[in-house]
Amino acid sequence: MFYREAGDFHTTYTSDSQTFPIKFDRYRYYVVLAFAFLVVPFIINDYWANAIMLPFLIYAIAAIGLNILTGYCGQVSLGTGGFMAVGAYACYKLMTAFPEVSMFVHVLLAGGVTALVGVLFGLPSLRIKGFYLAVATLAAQFFLLWLFNKVPWFYNYSASGQINAPERTVFGFEVTGPNAAASTTYLFCLVFCVISALVARNLTRGTVGRSWMAIRDMDIAAEIIGVNPLRAKLSAFAVSSFFVGVSGALFFSIYLGAVEVGEAFSIQKSFLVLFMVIIGGLGSIFGSFAGAAFLVLLPVALKVLGVDLLGWPTDIVAHFQLVIVGALIIFFLIVEPHGLAQLWRLAKEKLRLWPFPH
Amino acid sequence: MKMKLTTLALGAALAAGPALADLTFPDLSYRTGAYAAGGIPFSDGYSDYFTLLNERDGGIGGVKTRVIECETAYNTEKGVECYEATKGENPLVYQPLSTGITYQLIPKVSADGIPMHTMGYGRTSAANGDTFKWVFNYPANYWNGASGAINHILDINDDDISGKKIALVYHNSAFGKEPIRTLEELAKKHGFELSLLPVDHPGQEQKSQWLQIRRDRPDYVIMYGWGVMNQVAIQEAANIRFPMENFIGIWWSGAEIDVLPAGDKANGYKALSLTAVGDDFPVYDDLRKYVLETGKAAGNGDQLGTVPYNRGLYAAMLAAEAAKTAQEIHGTPDINAAMMRDGMEALELTEEKMEALGMAGFGPTFSVSCRNHGGPGLVGVTQWDASAKQWNLISEFAPTDMDVIQPLIDADSAAYAAENNLESRCE
Repeated sequence: MFYREAGDFHTTYTSDSQTFPIKFDRYRYYVVLAFAFLVVPFIINDYWANAIMLPFLIYAIAAIGLNILTGYCGQVSLGTGGFMAVGAYACYKLMTAFPEVSMFVHVLLAGGVTALVGVLFGLPSLRIKGFYLAVATLAAQFFLLWLFNKVPWFYNYSASGQINAPERTVFGFEVTGPNAAASTTYLFCLVFCVISALVARNLTRGTVGRSWMAIRDMDIAAEIIGVNPLRAKLSAFAVSSFFVGVSGALFFSIYLGAVEVGEAFSIQKSFLVLFMVIIGGLGSIFGSFAGAAFLVLLPVALKVLGVDLLGWPTDIVAHFQLVIVGALIIFFLIVEPHGLAQLWRLAKEKLRLWPFPH
Repeated sequence: MKMKLTTLALGAALAAGPALADLTFPDLSYRTGAYAAGGIPFSDGYSDYFTLLNERDGGIGGVKTRVIECETAYNTEKGVECYEATKGENPLVYQPLSTGITYQLIPKVSADGIPMHTMGYGRTSAANGDTFKWVFNYPANYWNGASGAINHILDINDDDISGKKIALVYHNSAFGKEPIRTLEELAKKHGFELSLLPVDHPGQEQKSQWLQIRRDRPDYVIMYGWGVMNQVAIQEAANIRFPMENFIGIWWSGAEIDVLPAGDKANGYKALSLTAVGDDFPVYDDLRKYVLETGKAAGNGDQLGTVPYNRGLYAAMLAAEAAKTAQEIHGTPDINAAMMRDGMEALELTEEKMEALGMAGFGPTFSVSCRNHGGPGLVGVTQWDASAKQWNLISEFAPTDMDVIQPLIDADSAAYAAENNLESRCE
């Protein structure tokens, strides 16, 4: 009823090419944003922030980052965990070296450092493709983890080899450390997440994004029509790594507070983010959110259902969790190989035609 | 009819009356993943002891105990989720059984005012209670362990190990890296040569490490391993025919399940211990009577008497004794986390107390103080007898080299205090 173009006249090119051309969609988007910024901070508690919202927002940023590289530019990467570690360690070194600087700056700089590292490891992508590139990025993953384990300078020579986030502030509010309020940490991550999504969305609609997609669809054809593969691939690696680095920095400093590189940023993390992107939908910003939500929220929801409501033993629930999440992944990939984003797209198409589908 | 009404009324009054809140002990366990082999028996022992207290004594000081279990899979992210999910239920003490999760939780419990007990694991410098108000790691820590292993090697070699080669095979994490500094200091003091061989999580792949041991031929190998890593290491050591009596594991690397897969070849393998071994204690009679036979045992109820089960039992006993002490200090059976902390800091474990609990000789006697949250640091050595399939304690619980350890603890805790602007709080 509400979900149609009818009566919504676009008189400028700008309004015609906006992200949400349908009025209902647009208002829904504003309502979600307003709810996230104006309502959630007042009702959120420690559990919701630390167990649900922070991991969701942080993984969403990582998934957006990987989606740019894999979904939009077609370069498969298994180095996400390693790049997140770069972001985390860069943030740690910056936090401890310049304690008085705002965390906003540190997180952005950590993203910048990761972008540089990403470009470096992206160089082989000019010569190798597909599975071979995946192996090359896998090497990055192992090399980076080995480096952060091996060189004590990265963890400030601490006895345990761990990095711990000291208390740091943004505009006088503590965002790291145990005394940070749930609402501040949530808002801090939300701001990064929303800005990342906006930037990613607009990049992928512009020249840069179109050159990425041209490379993804057929690199030789793209080169012939004048897309510079060097610039396109390396810019995809840089932008992607920037987002992944930001998420790594937030993951360490805001969410966990103490990190051990081998455990927090292992190959499992790379796979987790890759699964988020695949399940959410390759080449879709909404898909990054959907995938992150699916893989972060579903296990928690299953645990709450099994242990807290049904009172089952924790190990049975933990095993069921693996089975159910795994089965759902297979189910979604069979029913909709293009991910949750495609389901969403189809639902929207159907809604537009409802109640007279043709 | 009248009587029926009265009983009904009485029943209703009892049910609705202001019942004392349960004493809540969260159990951050892991029954899944690569470390479940150690996590399951520990958690079973931990909750069985509280079940025993409820069934036999009606709780602690008349208040029932409650164990909330939360699965962490030895994963720090899930550990944080478990902590946040349980901290609203008035928990008295956290025992995460993971050094990684311990590092996550130290700042959190300090800010939230909930004590944490990391028995024989976690951050070693938490032994300095002056800095770490909310964290306890009695009765012994990883650096005691390192020194205990070296002391044992000294014993065998008539106190002279200069020029010997000792290799450390360790889990490449905060847990495995803990003893390195101590061992380096001890290497300087005793003149032995230390080589370091890290094993990455989860530890199933150790071919290259043991190849190096085969090539370098160290006189002794010390292992800081956990979970599946232990079994693999012992199997690999057997494969290269490394003499088992020269292979010493930390107390987390010495369970039945670690040595059984290697069969007879594991005979003679040594592991350090915090507690006695076996089930020859009166407390086990009660456990069988009140917990096992009534079907209230945690898990499958098949872990009684194993090394990690005993360790869980011991951890629960220390927590229960600290709760009792807290009830005495504050004169109320209904204690909260802050009172529990006072109880832990004033905990005193004597022969008589252990005897009364049916656990005489189960662990060392000790007392905790404001400055010393680490206990006496007494370490025993156990050895595996493959034919009898049992661990035997082959040494006394002996003191460790505090001349080396104490300065390290002081330095590390001073660094933490400076990082967090902490003042000295003890007299």
